[in-house]
Amino acid sequence: MGKVGIIGVGQSHFVRTYPGSIKELAFDAYREAALDCGIESGRIDASIVCSAPEYDKQRSPAGVIAEYLGLNPQPTFYVETLCSSSSTGLKLAYSLVESGLHDCVAVIGVQKMSEISSAESQERMGRGTDIQWESPFGTMMPAYYALYARAHMDRYGTTGEDLAQIRMKSSTYGVVNDKAVFRKELTMEKLTDPESKMAGPVSSPLRVGDCCANADGSSCIIVANEKTAKKISDKPVWILGAGSATNSVNMSERDIFTGLTAAKTAAEQAYQMAGIKAADVDVAEVHDCFTIAELMAYENLGFAEPGQGAELIRNKETYKDGRIPVNIDGGLLSKGHPIGATGGSQVRTVVLQLRGEAGEMQVKNPEIGLVHNIGGVGLYGNVTILGR
Amino acid sequence: MGKKEIDDRFKKFGTVSFTSTTKVNDFMDYLEDGKVMASGCGKCGQTFFPPRADCPGCLSDSLEWVEVDRKGTLETFSEMKFGPVGFEEDLPYTLAVVNFKDFKMFGRLADDIDPGSVKIGMDLVVAPNRLKNGRINYVFHRP
Repeated sequence: MGKVGIIGVGQSHFVRTYPGSIKELAFDAYREAALDCGIESGRIDASIVCSAPEYDKQRSPAGVIAEYLGLNPQPTFYVETLCSSSSTGLKLAYSLVESGLHDCVAVIGVQKMSEISSAESQERMGRGTDIQWESPFGTMMPAYYALYARAHMDRYGTTGEDLAQIRMKSSTYGVVNDKAVFRKELTMEKLTDPESKMAGPVSSPLRVGDCCANADGSSCIIVANEKTAKKISDKPVWILGAGSATNSVNMSERDIFTGLTAAKTAAEQAYQMAGIKAADVDVAEVHDCFTIAELMAYENLGFAEPGQGAELIRNKETYKDGRIPVNIDGGLLSKGHPIGATGGSQVRTVVLQLRGEAGEMQVKNPEIGLVHNIGGVGLYGNVTILGR
Repeated sequence: MGKKEIDDRFKKFGTVSFTSTTKVNDFMDYLEDGKVMASGCGKCGQTFFPPRADCPGCLSDSLEWVEVDRKGTLETFSEMKFGPVGFEEDLPYTLAVVNFKDFKMFGRLADDIDPGSVKIGMDLVVAPNRLKNGRINYVFHRP
């Protein structure tokens, strides 16, 4: 069993409305990843396309995208696990390469959410949960994460201000990420003053500023076996651990509402596979679709004890110069969240960090990076460990 | 040979229903009768909410209905200021998870509960709730 390396990474600008088709959007990320490692399309012997198809007018997008990327006649596979689709795609690419079936695989995440209206999109997201027993009550993604926020606040004394601090950190780094949708620095006043739009209620206790926004975007990660990776790239980043788990879709089947057990299980698997502990992680990208999701990630990944997540943000330990820098690219809250593209974008950021190429976002000399990517309300959890 | 009738009783569940056919459609008749039911496995005895026709533990399909007629406690909740398409007229409403020990239930708090008085851990019971146009769901009340 050899190592599997990431040799090329790319992502499109994340925007509210992309002025092109899904295949053109996918090409933006593919071009950047291919140029990043200087690979010719003939060297890529399979592709994995990752997205949530309910936003697309196109049926079976994988074949259409593979053609536009010049990846015929190689096989293409379609992967969907809601918001974690492209980290699931990366895990499958790892399996294809590690098994020896393929030498070099491109993982393409893409989502053009603007093909449908914002209301339709909210309704579809609500249907990412149980349509038989829960959607008829009028559910939306913010409501589900709000159930977790309420329980966390009640049990551990976490406050709305703690959550606002997470959004503040996000905006600090969104400003310097030229691929992000939101690049304005926010103030605590804007996030907490009842008169401010950002502090308006959505699903109590979550406010507008606690929620990420829909976006159009794409990501591409090119992986290869050890021999090919070393031949093509002089700076491969290795996949050291890949954990994945699921939880019930129904809230009635959930044991706890203070953390996501799929994330915790995936993290334990990934740490074990990589032979490391949480304390060994130098830089992390976590799935902050809502501020509470980042706070729970601190605890589920072992960066903080259960109930102590708020202490990390209060002490600024997850800032760039802190003990464990998290989401130094602005995270989903600032970048925007194009469902199928998000995981690949997180992986790209960590790869750039490990290569020392993250520019103004660069963390000091990281050796181990972590990506935490969640689908649905902790329905799917993927934790990936990367190293130089 | 006439057209086979489809049992789509579940289409009346909630403000907007996204599915209509299920093996646990009798849940709807019980609701109309004033009862909220969970299901139990007739073979291994496990209780389920939402009700299910098939037991993942012992693979039995012998389903028994069990009335949820006791007190539970509020595990978590969220008051909604925005709703998805089709739910605008219901706003504001409060989604909740209630713990009945053997199982939990997801649903809404009754509209007559003042959101300011809601506390995690409070006692609640569940009862059917008539909606417009002959539709029906269940909500949680103070005992």
